[in-house]
Amino acid sequence: MENKNIPFNKFYKRFNILSLLLILISLILLIFKGLNYGVDFKGGTLIELRSLDKSLNISDLRKSFNNLNLGDVTVKKFGKENDYVIKFEKKQSIEENFIENIKIELTNDIGKIFEFRRVESVGPKVSSELLKSGIIAIALSLGAMLIYIWIRFEWQFSLGAISAVFHDVIITLGFFSLLNFEINLSIVAAVLTIVGYSMNDTVVIFDRVRENLKKYSDIKIYEITNISINETLSRTIITSITTLLALLSIFIFGGAILKGFSFAMILGVIVGTYSSIYIANPILVKLNVSQKTIIKEESE
Amino acid sequence: MLYFSKLKIISVLIFTFLISFFTISNFVNTDNKFFKRNINLGLDLQGGSYLLLEIDNSPVVIQKLQNKLSSIKNFFKDKGLKPNNFKIIDNNKISFVVDEVSLDNILSLLNDKESEINPYFPRFKTHEFDVKETKVLSSINVTLQYSEYGLVLLKSASQEQAIEIVRRRVDEIGTNEPNILKRGNDRILVELPGLDNPDRIKNLLGRTANLTFRFVTQNEEESFGTERLSYEDGSEVIISKRIILSGDNLIDAQPRMDNQSNQTVVSFNLDRVGAKKFARATSSGVGKRLAIILDGKIISAPNIVEPILGGAGQITGDFTFQSATDLALLLRSGALPAPMNIIEERTVGPDLGQDSINAGILSLIIGFVLVVLFMIAKYKIFGAIANVTLITNLFLLIGVLSLFEATLTLPGIAGIILTVGMAVDANVLIYERIKEEIKSENNKILAFDSGYIKSKTTILDANITTLIAAMILFILGSGPVKGFALTLGVGILTTLFSVYYIARLLTALYVIKNKHKEKLI
Repeated sequence: MENKNIPFNKFYKRFNILSLLLILISLILLIFKGLNYGVDFKGGTLIELRSLDKSLNISDLRKSFNNLNLGDVTVKKFGKENDYVIKFEKKQSIEENFIENIKIELTNDIGKIFEFRRVESVGPKVSSELLKSGIIAIALSLGAMLIYIWIRFEWQFSLGAISAVFHDVIITLGFFSLLNFEINLSIVAAVLTIVGYSMNDTVVIFDRVRENLKKYSDIKIYEITNISINETLSRTIITSITTLLALLSIFIFGGAILKGFSFAMILGVIVGTYSSIYIANPILVKLNVSQKTIIKEESE
Repeated sequence: MLYFSKLKIISVLIFTFLISFFTISNFVNTDNKFFKRNINLGLDLQGGSYLLLEIDNSPVVIQKLQNKLSSIKNFFKDKGLKPNNFKIIDNNKISFVVDEVSLDNILSLLNDKESEINPYFPRFKTHEFDVKETKVLSSINVTLQYSEYGLVLLKSASQEQAIEIVRRRVDEIGTNEPNILKRGNDRILVELPGLDNPDRIKNLLGRTANLTFRFVTQNEEESFGTERLSYEDGSEVIISKRIILSGDNLIDAQPRMDNQSNQTVVSFNLDRVGAKKFARATSSGVGKRLAIILDGKIISAPNIVEPILGGAGQITGDFTFQSATDLALLLRSGALPAPMNIIEERTVGPDLGQDSINAGILSLIIGFVLVVLFMIAKYKIFGAIANVTLITNLFLLIGVLSLFEATLTLPGIAGIILTVGMAVDANVLIYERIKEEIKSENNKILAFDSGYIKSKTTILDANITTLIAAMILFILGSGPVKGFALTLGVGILTTLFSVYYIARLLTALYVIKNKHKEKLI
C-alpha cells in the first residue's frame, strides 16, 4: 500500500454517472415500490415463536395461524432451526387480549409444543409517531452535520460532504427497497451511523485536500484531490476493514435480531467509503476550489 | 506531544484504573456502596415486558362537562339570570341559549379574568373554557368548549390518578423493580423486567374496575332512571341508575372460600360512610335484588335476605380462585379515572434475552480478536500499542456505563462492537501520518511529534460527526436504539481519551527508548 499513486480522478466522470444512475433507480424504487416497513412503523403484531417439537413444520404453523382470523398473516423462519416469526396487522388492544387467546387456540390446535420468545405489538398511532420521529432524527442529524461542516470548512466542502451523505442515504434506502428489506427502529439507528461514518470518512480526505491546497499553489484541484485521496488511502482502507470486521462479526454471530441492523451498516460503510472518494471530491473539482477559496476564507 | 510530566502520567493512570474498576465491579461482589455500580440490562437482554398505555379521556370529558353544566346552571340562577336549553353537544361542548338582554352580562361573567365559573390562567393567557356565541333568530346560542390548556389540565389530572392506580396494581402483583413513568399527558409507560408472561398484568391494567351496587328494578323495559345491563353470559336485566354504593367506599377486599356454598367469593370491608349507606339500603331493600356491577357488566345480583349492618359483605359470582383474586386486587387498588388501552407492547422471554447476551458477547469477542490480529499484522509493535489502547478503551467504556448505571441493550452491545472497529481509526490516522512525516524528517521524535499534531484536527472533526449522529439518536430514539446511541457516543469519548493519553503515552515511552532504530514504524 506504500507510495500509491492510483489515478482515481480519471474515473470521476464514469463513477459520477454510475452514482447518478443508482440514485435515479433508488428514487424510482422508493417512489413506486416503497420501503417494507416492519411492525415498528406500520403497526401490527410480531411474534417470535420457538417450536419445541421438530415435527412441527412451517406449513402447519401457517395453517394454524390462518385459522385464527388475524387478517393477513406471514410466517417465516427466523435464525435457528425451529424458530419462526409471525407477523400480522392486528394490533394489541386490551379488551381482546388476543395474545393470550392466540396461545390458547394454538395450544388447542397443535398442542403445547411451542413458546413465545418475543411479542411486539404496535398500535397505529404509535407507529406513525415512531416513523415521524425516525424521519426527524435523520433529517436533524443531516442538518446538524451540515452546520458543523459549514463552520469547519468552506461552503464548497460542505456541499461536497453533504452530497456524499445524501448519496449514501438514498442509495442505501434504494437497496433496502430493492431487497424488500424490513425497516424497523434499529434500521434508523443504522442509517444515522452510516451518515456519521460517511461524514467521518469524507472529513479525513477533505482535511488533507485543504492542507495540500495550502501547500501547493500551482497544482489544480483535479490533481490535488487525487493526491489527497492517495495519501489518505491506507487509512481509508484500514479503517473500513476494521469496521467491517466488527460488523461482520455482529452479522454472523450476533443473532437473528441484529442481522438486519448489521447488514444495513455493512452496506452503508461500503457505500460511504466509495462516496467519500467519488462524490465528495468531484464536487470540489466542479466547484473549482483553489488555494484562493481557503485563503480568502481565512483572511476574513 | 510526546512529552508527559510525571504528574500527568500518574493522573492518567489513576483515572484509568478508577474507571476500569467499575467495569470489574460488574463481575465482583462488593459491599462498598460507591463501587457497587452495575450496568443495568435492558428488557431485551434480561427479558421482560414494555407496555405503553394510553388513557381514553373522552368519558372523563363528558363527566366533567355534566358536572360543569349543572354548576353553571346554578351559578346563573343565583345571579338571577336564566339562560335555558342547556345541553351537551358533540360530546365536547356545553351549549345553552341566552336572550339578547342578558347576553352581555353572561358573557362578562364567563370571560372576566376573575371569573369564578370559568377560571383564568394568567400564565397561559387562557380560560378553562373557550366561549363562543352565535346568533340564531332572535336568541343567541352560547357554547363552552375546553380550551387547549383546560384540556391539558384535565388530562394531567386523570394521568396523575391513573398512574397511582397502575402503580398499586403492579405492586400488588409483586413483580421486581417495575418502572412506571408518565409519557406526555395521556400515556403511562410500564416496564416490567423479568416478567415472562404479561397476560395477567395486561388483563389487570386494562380494567377500569368501576364497581357499583345498584338495585334491580321490576320493569321489563328501560325507562327514565334505569338502564339495561347484561351478565357475563349475555342475559339482560333492567337496573336502576341510582348508585347505592361504589368501589370508592371499599377499604379492603380479599378472595375467600365460602364454607356453606363451597364457592369462591370476594369478601370486602367498607369505610364508615359506605357501611352506613349499605346498612340503610339493605335495611329498606330486604327482598329486593342488589346488582353488583363492574365496568358495566353485572357480576351477580343476589337477593337481600337481611340487612347488612356491619360494613362487611361478600360478592358472589361465577369465580375461579384466580378470577376472585384478580377482582379483589382490582377492588383494593381502586378504579381508574378512565379506560386505558395498550398502544404498544414489547415482550421478550428470558431465554431469548440470555441468547441475545450470549450472541452479543460472542460477536464482541470475535470482532475484537479479528481487529486485534489485523492491527498486529499491519503495525506490529504499534499495532500492539493500539490494541492495548483498545482494551483500555473497552474497560473505560464499560466503566463509564457502570458509573452512570446506564442501561445496556442488544443494539447497545452492537454499539460497543462497532466502537471496537472504529476506535482504531484514530490510531491509524496518527500512524499513517507519522509514516509520512518520517519520510521528510530525520529526527524520529520530531516526526512522531508532528504526526500527532497534524492529525489532531482531522481526528476531532471525524469523531465529532459521529458524535453528532449519536447524540441526536440518543435524544430522539427510544428503548433499545437509545442504548445503541449511548454506547456509540460514550465510546467516542473514551476512544479519544485512550488514544490521546494511553496510546500516546505508550508510543512516547517506546519511541524515546528506541529512537535509534532504523525502521521504527
